[in-house]
Amino acid sequence: MRYKAADPPDSASGEASIMKSAVLLLPGLNRDRDMIAALTKISGNPPLTVWQTETEIPDVDLIVIPGGFSYGDYLRCGAIAARMPVLDAVRKKAAQGVRILGVCNGFQILLEAGLLPGALMRNASLRFVCREVELQVANAQTAFTSHYQAGQIIRCPVAHHDGNYFTEGETLKRMEDGNQIVFRYANGSNPNGSIHDIAGVINREGNVLGMMPHPENLIEDAHGGDDGRPLFSAALGMVA
Amino acid sequence: MIKARVTVTLKNGVLDPQGKAIEGALGTLGFDGVEQVRQGKVFDLELAGTNASEAEQQITAMCEKLLANTVIENYAVEIL
Repeated sequence: MRYKAADPPDSASGEASIMKSAVLLLPGLNRDRDMIAALTKISGNPPLTVWQTETEIPDVDLIVIPGGFSYGDYLRCGAIAARMPVLDAVRKKAAQGVRILGVCNGFQILLEAGLLPGALMRNASLRFVCREVELQVANAQTAFTSHYQAGQIIRCPVAHHDGNYFTEGETLKRMEDGNQIVFRYANGSNPNGSIHDIAGVINREGNVLGMMPHPENLIEDAHGGDDGRPLFSAALGMVA
Repeated sequence: MIKARVTVTLKNGVLDPQGKAIEGALGTLGFDGVEQVRQGKVFDLELAGTNASEAEQQITAMCEKLLANTVIENYAVEIL
């Protein structure tokens, strides 16, 4: 199952990039087209798409698991998707150091697959939240955030029902000490009750990032801003 | 055939906003004295075979692999 992104690449960024990316497709995900459009516009190359039953992922530099409601959020968000064959392939790629990005349901899938520590629970308000929040870049020294300034506040949309990040105290301390918290909700904008205002975390090796907000939905003027763009330009190894 | 029931509950110390909402609703309905509600999940399984201890082992593996998220949840297996 492959389709071409509808949007042509931005001409300014189309030439320099040699990084290749892939977007995973699982039933129930619905932000895949936004993600494909963002990667295409920013890198100049449309990403490959990889269906859930694939056991191998082609050679790429960045693998993205987009948002949505894989398997209808049955059992727990991301729980069933995380047990599909393609996730074993992702695990293999992650061990080789390939960059992996999970957004929203993609983050939930990475947690359920054991590629990141912690869990995402029902929002403390019990409500689905769909709005813009402010994020602080808590670690600007990762492969995904090197085009931001440390401590920079950026805008980013969120849309989720289960974004309330939790992990027990010892793991939390280890993650804080190891600078594994990459994004925090800033200025009182925590929309879900997440512990320590956590919006995005990275693994110890620094190549697997999961985040609830949607940077792919804020990459150009038509979106009302482009605060999400530096994340992709960094992850794709482009010049800042 | 073996019948079993798996109960999955949130670990102590894990915030349970749904349980809190149910607790509040019970109060609204006039049920006084409800000090705490914690909600969870129940799975009823039917397994081929007759060996209960094998079944219990198998279900424990199912809990670890899929039915529970052991970061935030406990599980109990009961052979019926």
